[in-house]
Amino acid sequence: MSDLEAFRAEARAWLEENAPEGVKGIKADELNGVWGGKRCEFEVPDQKVWLERMGAKGWTAPMWPAEYGGGGLSKAESKILSQEMKALDLPPALIGFGLTMIGPTLLQFGTEEQKKEHLPRIVRGEIRWCQGYSEPGAGSDLASLQTKAERDGDDFIINGTKVWTSYADKADWIFALVRNDNSGIKQEGITFLLIDMDDPGVNVSPILLISGKSPFCETHFTDVRVPVKNVIHEIGAGWTVAKALLGHERTMIADTFGSSAGATKKAGERSFLSSLAVERVGEREGRISDPIIRDDVAKMEMETRAFGLTTQRTADAAKAGHNPGPESSMFKLYGTELNKTRMELMVRILGPDALGWEGDGFDEFALGTTRDWLRSRGNSIEGGTSEVQLNVIAKRVLGLPA
Amino acid sequence: MQLILDEDQQMIAQTALDFVDEHSPVARFRELRDSGAALGYSRDLYKEMAALGWTGILFDEKVGGAGMGFAELVLIVEALGRKLAPEPFLGGVTMGGSALALGGNEAMKSEWLPSVIDGSKVVAFAHQEKNSRYDAYAISTRADATDSGYRLTGEKVQVLDAVGADAVIVPARVSGESGDREGITLFLVETGAAGVSLTAQTRVDHRNAAIVALDGVEVAATAVLGVEGQGAELIDTVLDRATVVLTAEMLGGMSEAFDLTVEYLKTREQFGVKIGSFQGLQHRAAEVFCEIELARSCVMAAARAIDAGAPDATKLVSLAKAKCSDAYLLAANEGVQMFAGVGMTDEYDIGFYLKRARAAELTFGDSAYHRNRWAELGSY
Ligand SMILES: Cc1cc2nc3c(=O)[nH]c(=O)nc-3n(C[C@H](O)[C@H](O)[C@H](O)COP(=O)(O)OP(=O)(O)OC[C@H]3O[C@@H](n4cnc5c(N)ncnc54)[C@H](O)[C@@H]3O)c2cc1C
Repeated sequence: MSDLEAFRAEARAWLEENAPEGVKGIKADELNGVWGGKRCEFEVPDQKVWLERMGAKGWTAPMWPAEYGGGGLSKAESKILSQEMKALDLPPALIGFGLTMIGPTLLQFGTEEQKKEHLPRIVRGEIRWCQGYSEPGAGSDLASLQTKAERDGDDFIINGTKVWTSYADKADWIFALVRNDNSGIKQEGITFLLIDMDDPGVNVSPILLISGKSPFCETHFTDVRVPVKNVIHEIGAGWTVAKALLGHERTMIADTFGSSAGATKKAGERSFLSSLAVERVGEREGRISDPIIRDDVAKMEMETRAFGLTTQRTADAAKAGHNPGPESSMFKLYGTELNKTRMELMVRILGPDALGWEGDGFDEFALGTTRDWLRSRGNSIEGGTSEVQLNVIAKRVLGLPA
Repeated sequence: MQLILDEDQQMIAQTALDFVDEHSPVARFRELRDSGAALGYSRDLYKEMAALGWTGILFDEKVGGAGMGFAELVLIVEALGRKLAPEPFLGGVTMGGSALALGGNEAMKSEWLPSVIDGSKVVAFAHQEKNSRYDAYAISTRADATDSGYRLTGEKVQVLDAVGADAVIVPARVSGESGDREGITLFLVETGAAGVSLTAQTRVDHRNAAIVALDGVEVAATAVLGVEGQGAELIDTVLDRATVVLTAEMLGGMSEAFDLTVEYLKTREQFGVKIGSFQGLQHRAAEVFCEIELARSCVMAAARAIDAGAPDATKLVSLAKAKCSDAYLLAANEGVQMFAGVGMTDEYDIGFYLKRARAAELTFGDSAYHRNRWAELGSY
C-alpha cells in the first residue's frame, strides 16, 4: 500500500470514528456553514462537536503547518481528505475569512509571533474575522481609502468608516486597510492592520440588502487604539499585502463556484438542474417540455463543466505553494458570472413559483431560490467587480496599454 | 485525468509549433489559395510532416504507427490550425485512417495503412450527403447486393480531403431508410474505380473538399469495413474522433486570431493613443481570452477521455465542439471588428480565420447541435 493509500485508510477510519451523525448532509455554504467565533451559532449541536474534533486535529485547515495548529498535510493528502469527507457526506467543519483570506496572508507575510497568536485560533474556530477594505469613497478604487491611522507611541489611533463589511456584526477581529500617510501616490502610505472588534471605539451597524437579509455592515472607528505590533508586513506597505489577499479572496470565490463544477453523472442519470426543470416545467417524450429552457439547461451545464475543467487544469499546473497570479481574475469573473446565470435560470425554471417573498402558497425551495438569486447579484461585485477583473485581465494578462 | 502536458507532450507541441512557424506561415496558405489548385495543400510538405511521425501518431506500431493517442495528435493539429496549414489530417489521417484501423479487415489494413502513415496515400471519409445536415445516418446512397459484392449508387458532398485521395470510405444503405441507424454499411472505394467521379468544390475556407458521385460502382464483398448493416457505430466513433481533432485545429486558429488582434490593439493608434487603451475594447479582448482558456481545457479533456475510453467521452467531445465553435467565431468576429477597415480586406489574414471559424463551426455540428446532444446524453 502506498503512503497515500495508507493515509486514505487512516483518514477514513478517523472520520468514521469522529464525525457525528448530525452533520452529515449539511451544506457548508454561506447560510448553513459554521463560521466560528466567540458568538458562534450552531444550527445543529453536532456541528459544535464536529468543529471541536476537526479543529483539534487541524483538519479545518488541512494544509497549514502543524506548528500553527494546521493539519500539516500535503496537497495530495488534503485532496484525499476532502474526497473521503465527500464520500461520507461530511461538510467542512468550519468556513470563513480566517481560513480563506487572513490565514493564507499571515502565512505569507506574518511574523512568527503573529502567526503563533492568530493561526491556531482560526484553525479551532475560536475567532471570526471580517474584512475592512471598502469605504464609502473607496470601492473599485480601493487605494483611495482614507481611514486614518495616526501614530501615538507604540499605538496607532484609527478614525474612519468602512462599509460593506460582511458579517462585521458577528466578527471578533477585522483585518483593515488604513492610511498612515497621505503624501505620496495613493498606493503608498497604506497599512494592513489587525484590529480587535471589542476595542473601544469600534461600532457596527448592519445594512439591509435587496435579499431582505443583513449580511453586511457599516463599521465605524472612533479613536480606536491599536498596537503597532498588529501591523502585517511593514508600515506603509499594506497595498502589497492587500493585493495578495485579494488574490486569495478571488480564488476562494472562484472555488466556491468551480470546485465540483459540472462533475458528470452516470449515464442516464439526470443532473440536479435538469431534474428540477423536468419536475417544474414538465416533460414531453423524455425531454424538458420547454425547448428554450432545455437548451439553457444544457448550456448552463456545459459552461459549468468547461469552467470546472479549467479550474482543474490550473490546479494541475500549479506547483504546491503557488500564489495566485492575475489569472485568478479570470476565475473570479467567470465563476461569479456563471453563478448569476445559474440563479437566473433557476428562477425562470420555477416560473411564477419564484415570486414568493415569504408565507403561504410558496414552497421552501422556491422561497430560498428567490433569495439566493438576489444574493447572487452581489457575486460579481464583492471581491472586485467583474469590470475590475476584466481590467486586470486586459492589463496584466494581455498587457494592453493603460 | 491530468490536464497538463507531460515532458514528451511539451516537446511534441514545441516541435510542431517550430516546424509550422518555419515551413508554413499563413502566407503559404494564401499562395495555395491564390494558385487555385483544387488539392489545396502541398504533397511535399505533407510527406515531410509524415516523416516527422505526425501522420502515424494514432496508429499501432505494428503497422508503422507511433501508438500514441489523441492527447498527442491534438498538439500537432493545434499548431497546424494556428497557421491554417491545410494538410489532410482531418479527412485523411483521422477519418479515413481511423475507419481503416478500427473497421478494416486485415488485408485492407496491411494494404492501406502503411501508405496512409507514410503520407504517400490519402483515404477520405464520405459521410455527408446533400440534405443530411448533421445527421450522420441520413444516408440515401444505396448499396445493392450483387453476385460478387455490392453496387453503390448515390452522391456524397463536401467530402473532406477527397480531392487527390486514393480511396474514399463510403457509408451506404443496405436496408431501411435515410435517417435509420440500422442498415448502414461502410465500403472502401478506390477513387479510380469505374463509376466514381470526383468534382472539386470551392468552399468559403478554400479547403480541400469534393463531391463524390457513385454511379453503379461495383465493389467486392471484401471492401466492407466493420459489420454489414451496423456501420452506424463505426461512423459515430470516427466522427467523435474527427470532432476532437477539429476542435484542436480550432483552438490553434482562435489562439492565433486572438494573438493577431491583441498585437494590433497594441500598435494601431487613433485619437493619439493606442486603440488597446480603450476600455471598450479591453473588456471585449479579456472576454475572448477567457473563452479561449475554457476551450483549451475542453479540448484537452476530450482528447484524454477518448484515449482512456472514458464513459463520458462523448459528452466531452460535444462540450469541446460547442465551446470551440462559439469561441473561434467570437475571436474571429471580434478580430475583424477590431481590425476594422483593414480587417475587411483580403490582404489581411484575420479574414481567413473568420472563414475557417465558420467552416469549422458548421462541420460535425454547431454549438446548438451539441447542446442538444449533451441534453440527450443527460436523459433530458
Ligand atoms: C455581497 C458583498 C459583500 C461584500 N463584502 C465586503 C467585505 O466584507 N469587506 C469589504 O471591504 N468590502 C466588501 N464588499 C464591497 C465590494 O468589495 C465593493 O462593493 C466593490 O469593490 C465595488 O465597490 P463599490 O461598491 O464602491 O462600486 P464602485 O467602485 O463605485 O463601482 C460602480 C460601478 O462602476 C464600475 N467601475 C468602477 N471602476 C471602474 C473601472 N476602472 N473600469 C470600469 N468600470 C469601473 C464598477 O464595476 C461598478 O459597476 C462587498 C460587496 C458585496 C456586494
